Amino acid sequence: MNLRPDPTFHASPKLAMQAPIENYAFTVMLSPDGTQSDGIAVIDLKPGSDTYGQIVHQVIVPNKGDEFHHFGWNACSSSLSPLSGHAFLERRYLIVPGIRSSRIYVIDVKEPLKAKIHKTIEPEELFAKTGYSRPHTIHCGPEGIYVSCLGGGGEDGTDGPPGIFIMDCETFEIIGQYEMDRGKQDKHYDFWWNLPQDYMVSSEWGLPPQFENGIVPEDLLSNKYGHSIHFWDLRARKNIQTMDFGENYQMALEIRPAHDPTKSYGFCGVVVDTTNLQGAIFTWWRDDDGVWQSKKTITIDPRPEDPANLPPLLQGFGAVPPLVTDIDLSLDDKYLYVACWGLGEMHQYDVSDPMNPVLAGKVELGGIAKGEKHPNGKDFVFGPQMVEISRDGKRVYWTNSLYSTWDDQFYPGEEGGQMVMADVGENGGLTLNTDFYIDFPKGLRAHQIRLEGGDCSTDSFCYPSV
Amino acid sequence: MTALWGAVIFSGFYHGINPGMGWPLAVSSALMERNHRALPKALLMLAFGHFLAMIAILLPFSLMIFLVEWELQIRLAASALVIAMGIYLLINRRHPKFLARVHPARLALWSFLAAMAHGAGLMLVPIYLGICAIAPDDTGHLAAQALMSSNVMTAFAVAAAHTLAMTLAGGIIAVVIYFWLGLKFLSRTWFNLDLAWALSLIIVGLFGAYSAYYGH
Repeated sequence: MNLRPDPTFHASPKLAMQAPIENYAFTVMLSPDGTQSDGIAVIDLKPGSDTYGQIVHQVIVPNKGDEFHHFGWNACSSSLSPLSGHAFLERRYLIVPGIRSSRIYVIDVKEPLKAKIHKTIEPEELFAKTGYSRPHTIHCGPEGIYVSCLGGGGEDGTDGPPGIFIMDCETFEIIGQYEMDRGKQDKHYDFWWNLPQDYMVSSEWGLPPQFENGIVPEDLLSNKYGHSIHFWDLRARKNIQTMDFGENYQMALEIRPAHDPTKSYGFCGVVVDTTNLQGAIFTWWRDDDGVWQSKKTITIDPRPEDPANLPPLLQGFGAVPPLVTDIDLSLDDKYLYVACWGLGEMHQYDVSDPMNPVLAGKVELGGIAKGEKHPNGKDFVFGPQMVEISRDGKRVYWTNSLYSTWDDQFYPGEEGGQMVMADVGENGGLTLNTDFYIDFPKGLRAHQIRLEGGDCSTDSFCYPSV
Repeated sequence: MTALWGAVIFSGFYHGINPGMGWPLAVSSALMERNHRALPKALLMLAFGHFLAMIAILLPFSLMIFLVEWELQIRLAASALVIAMGIYLLINRRHPKFLARVHPARLALWSFLAAMAHGAGLMLVPIYLGICAIAPDDTGHLAAQALMSSNVMTAFAVAAAHTLAMTLAGGIIAVVIYFWLGLKFLSRTWFNLDLAWALSLIIVGLFGAYSAYYGH
């Protein structure tokens, strides 16, 4: 407990943008076959530092086979909420779930170079207290720490629907299920919210048997992955509207609401449209009658390719699908970054008008049947995937792995973990920084990135930018 | 008597500057609605909730105190209750979680619950009982009925004066931040009063017990 609010808590997105820049990044390192322990890499981002752009510390966990994926903070700018203010919490712990093991680590990063495990929650405790498994997205909010889970109970996670559970933000005790009325929601992936407007939006990937051992082509072609998003009354814990994008819009994944809490819109990325292999972004918004609406505002076309160059999974299509696997919105709600993991491209859209996004910048790197090299001459395995934007919006970081078994299907025979950074131009545009290129330790892949002091996919703000 | 009314006003200011009693909500309401008129409206709702919380605590005591012969015992028990709340808040430094379930538009309800959870009304009880303790000579002449109604009036007066002072203090901070200083000062003026608050309850309780014994 502090006597004053943590200096990394900001009332509005604008204040967060004006704050000092990030000194460190924390990036997930995962062992794709479980032969090594997973960990968190601490990366030096202090400009001018001798070790800039290098892994300066690693927290390696004692277990194997956790498969780290997403993670988040114990506390963020939402702690300044005028309603449920926990202003004196410290942004100090990273909550790191293993999606394969359902084990959760709480890592103390108060001193980034001495980061260490603070607490471990064993899978049995999670199963017993929540009925959920495969914990994934973390957000800190009004009632504590919210964790979305991809699986329900039972061995294969299909015994009951998956959902969100709440964890105490001080003791890290699991409190229990979040939902009181889940409506039609039967799959889960991402979620985020607008705290003053009291709504939450959640999305769907698929059930554990549909992803754990790799993508199931029959399920994809018969449109059995998630294609709906759900709108919730956040505090009443009730699903108030389920919006089906259409069953061909397979895997509605990342939810990115506008950061400014006066705005009632956001975006959702769809991995693949099974009718034409396009990737798509939907803009969702609340209309004047309070009903949620959505419209497809970005489509990205597949690239025709000689089947001989394609992995077996894609040979029948003779094309490389864009595979929109991650999106991220800058704190000023101006630029939406879209990772096309299949094509090997990172797109930057100007979404000042959220209904009419305009492509403002693009970087080509990696990609299926392409393998575009980094401008520094080195290889970039797989394609651009988990993307994170600095608070000031000037630097965009990303890594390359999607999910162990899926990497192996879309990029068979390739191996490696990389993290790169691109600079954002004064008026948009995206250029890879030749000095920033991290090759992860052998046998480890890279996934989500968190920036010290918060970033564009962690902090929820309770006051508008004025 | 003046000192006790002074304490009522002072405790109002004290509650008002505590962000936990809601002034940041007034700032956020005005910002969210992009209309400065939302600020006084929010303050009014917060004041209403706070006033109700004060009344909810003071009224039972005002109804009890007509048991004149038990006055000392009642005042001591009240003081003990206030001290116990202070000790509870001292030991349990966790935030009241149920406040997070209140809808953001229900400011009066939120304010009522926040005041209750923090024992804000209790802090007034020893002061209020001090004001009600009329010189022993007088009590003999007054009918229980009259005494009770006068105590009820006093309870409303104490709650009103306290709430007015609270709203004034919180309102000044909210207005200054909204119009001049900006949101950056929201986090800068946010001090952790948890410890001071718990100690205040204990001190007020001790004062209540002391004045019940030696007050007159």
